[in-house]
Amino acid sequence: MSSEFLLCVSGLYKNFGGVQAVHDLSFDLAPGELLGIIGPNGSGKTTAINLITGFVKPSRGEITYRNKDITGQPPYKIVRQGIARTFQMVKPFYQLPAYKNMIIPLYSPRVKGMVGGKYGDRDAVALDLLEEVGFERDAYVAYKAASVLPQGYLKRLELAKAIALQPDLLILDELFSGLSLAEVAGTVPIIEKLRIEGKTIIMVEHRLKELFRIADRVIVLNYGQKIADGKAEDVMESEAVKNAYLGTE
Amino acid sequence: MFLGTVVYAVINSVILMLMAIGFNLTFGISGVANFAHGALYILSAYVSWMLLNMLGLPFFISALFSILITTLVGALMYRFVLIRVRGQVLSEVIATFGIGLAILELFRYLGFVGFEYTLPVFIDTSFFVAGVYVDMQRILIVVLGAVLVFGLWLFTHHTSLGLAFRGIAQDERTALTLGIDTDWIATLSVSLGAGLAALAATIIIPLGSISPGEGYDVLIKALAVCIIGGLGSTGGVIVASFIIGFAERFTDSYISSHWTMIVSLAAILIVLTMKPSGLFGKQKELEERI
Amino acid sequence: MKKRRERIDRGIKVRAGDVFALCSWREVLYLAGPKLLPIIGCLILPLLLNAYWQKVFLSVAVFALLAISWDLLAQTGMISLGQALFYGMGAYVSGILNHYWGLHPFITIPVAAILGGIICTLLLLPVLRLRGIYFSMVTLIIPLMLVRLIEATRIFGGTEGLSGMTPLPSKWLELYLIVLVLLCALFGFRRMLSSDFGLVLKGINDNDRSVMNAGINIYLFKTQALFIASAIGAFTGAFMTHVYMFVGMPVFALDYSILPIAAAIVGGPGSLAGATLGAFILVPLSEILRGIGGLRIVFYGLFLVVFIVALPEGIFHYIQRKYHRFERWVEVD
Repeated sequence: MSSEFLLCVSGLYKNFGGVQAVHDLSFDLAPGELLGIIGPNGSGKTTAINLITGFVKPSRGEITYRNKDITGQPPYKIVRQGIARTFQMVKPFYQLPAYKNMIIPLYSPRVKGMVGGKYGDRDAVALDLLEEVGFERDAYVAYKAASVLPQGYLKRLELAKAIALQPDLLILDELFSGLSLAEVAGTVPIIEKLRIEGKTIIMVEHRLKELFRIADRVIVLNYGQKIADGKAEDVMESEAVKNAYLGTE
Repeated sequence: MFLGTVVYAVINSVILMLMAIGFNLTFGISGVANFAHGALYILSAYVSWMLLNMLGLPFFISALFSILITTLVGALMYRFVLIRVRGQVLSEVIATFGIGLAILELFRYLGFVGFEYTLPVFIDTSFFVAGVYVDMQRILIVVLGAVLVFGLWLFTHHTSLGLAFRGIAQDERTALTLGIDTDWIATLSVSLGAGLAALAATIIIPLGSISPGEGYDVLIKALAVCIIGGLGSTGGVIVASFIIGFAERFTDSYISSHWTMIVSLAAILIVLTMKPSGLFGKQKELEERI
Repeated sequence: MKKRRERIDRGIKVRAGDVFALCSWREVLYLAGPKLLPIIGCLILPLLLNAYWQKVFLSVAVFALLAISWDLLAQTGMISLGQALFYGMGAYVSGILNHYWGLHPFITIPVAAILGGIICTLLLLPVLRLRGIYFSMVTLIIPLMLVRLIEATRIFGGTEGLSGMTPLPSKWLELYLIVLVLLCALFGFRRMLSSDFGLVLKGINDNDRSVMNAGINIYLFKTQALFIASAIGAFTGAFMTHVYMFVGMPVFALDYSILPIAAAIVGGPGSLAGATLGAFILVPLSEILRGIGGLRIVFYGLFLVVFIVALPEGIFHYIQRKYHRFERWVEVD
């Protein structure tokens, strides 16, 4: 089965105990697309991401990436094929300077041999990547210990760690949450630049306004089920979505 | 021969279950692995021996007191030591292990070793069952084991405290937001585990004698059962005790008593290779990390 | 002319803790001193001691290596309660090679270190998939069960053990071999842990999800760390087999598990130098306290609790902090 899609998710199920976290989720993702996944709290967004990246094994269903079945593979194998993600909760090495935090992704077999990989000048590449996500070089922010950096920088450090893996598909799990408006405004151009570079992106978000400005397509989840799929404006018109968000939007 | 072996295998299984259930319960509720479990078991036996032989109290009263004292020791252990290192696995393991070591080696140093250190049986009669003699004590052990499992099931499913226990076992943070004092529950869980160890000691020790070495044995057996059954799962503990109990007794009868320990070791290695989290383990490789 | 106090290391440390600017021999000494002290100490000490304390020195070095091995594992997030497994495995492998095949110690020791390391790694491999206390539980019970196994099956000499091993050629070779290995392990693994490989290991302890998310197979790294640690432990066991000229069930005894942990905790968990320092304090102390017999182990237990609860940083980190805070008077205009 060959298709032009980068990622195909079909009939994905996951239950934790008796709770259906993800229920019959299917979607396709074309190369270069920016897909937003939204939904009320507990609607299974993060679980869906965990299923795709292999941190959780699906109960049923299939995930294909570049026409290859990756269902149930361990995370490190999935990353090596070019899917990188960020975590909602950032947990860097607090005692190390920010640029040293980049060593682990740069040590990855995926970037081995590439610029900044095992055989390159990793510190320099780390500093470049951090500058790209807004660690001002002149202010030596990248040299500061992660423990003294504010949340906004830590989130962007997380983003830089994912970019360091040179992924084709980048999955951002609530990158904007916990950021101030100014920080969000500073992060949006980074994502737009990544799109220009041709990366395919999935964003799980609660900040709908910012997401709708950049997303090509939006999927709405509720109780683990996909209730809408389409352009941002169309999706928000849908009756099911209005019901799901009633009271919160 | 066969039926007799089965009878003794059941008894052996229940003994293993009684040894392991306290350790498992504490871990299941609060995530504290109490490596002082074996020491608490021995501590309660010595306390009850001292009350019985030094103060001359009747057996049932001294047994009751020793169970209460051990429960209290468990609570104090949590309140004064574990609470300060809560959540740091390394520190919890080392601290409980250190406490257990200190208790057991103190008794060894004080010279509490010998056949006179034992507790009396409850009722001294025996029966003829399935071709073998079974004494009353062993029957009591089986009855108590069954009652205990049923009681724990009732407790965790039908009392508010038990439901709170299950709540924090599932998600400590959510329990916290729902107004459950998790430190208090964790204290109770450690002391309940200690109390169960004491109860097990009171009823099992009359079959043998009290010695510090026994403390390490109990810990090993409890750990073996929990590894095979899956940490934190009561059902797993029951099944695993029966697997090990039967396997040990049958090797003892049909091969040689020397091989019993090898059977448990082999069982552990096989289970770890096939299903590392144990037969009924809830601790999945990755899922618990999300 | 006014004076003020200044930290000695100001002016030496440039940007971060690992970049220095040195202007004088005094500053070189300030930096190199802490590293030279143990090297010179370990090289000279055996010459100054009498025969009895030389034996104690041997076991200090052995326990220091076991503590280093423990700390390596702990830094990767594996808390071993059974260093005796590594020690005993090495001891038995070298004992068997020497007893049954008559191989020379120079062959048995390295072979036992590697083979023992491989066996222990294979035994513990399944547990690596789980985090937390499973590793502790399994490492605690396996050596104790192996003792029973040897007792029951009477293999390899059973309860009597194997005796009459070939000793090492000379006492001085024994002493300086173990000193050399200790120093190599201490500085080599310190270097390894501060390299990128070491950073990945620490990353696994800190946040394994994030390491996995970098496309790194954490099980492979854990296996490597486990092999290194168990090979160190197996080396000490093999070495002591030839020193005592005996191997038997006591090699799996709880002592070999507890003392290294106590050394690492008292010395300062998370630093190999701390583990070594702990062994240099605890082992001679326990020799002095030999008179009180079994009470020593009670004290080890209490030491563990007190240090882990009240002084979790350990002695080494305390000294290190104080050392970096040395001050001197400087003149200011």
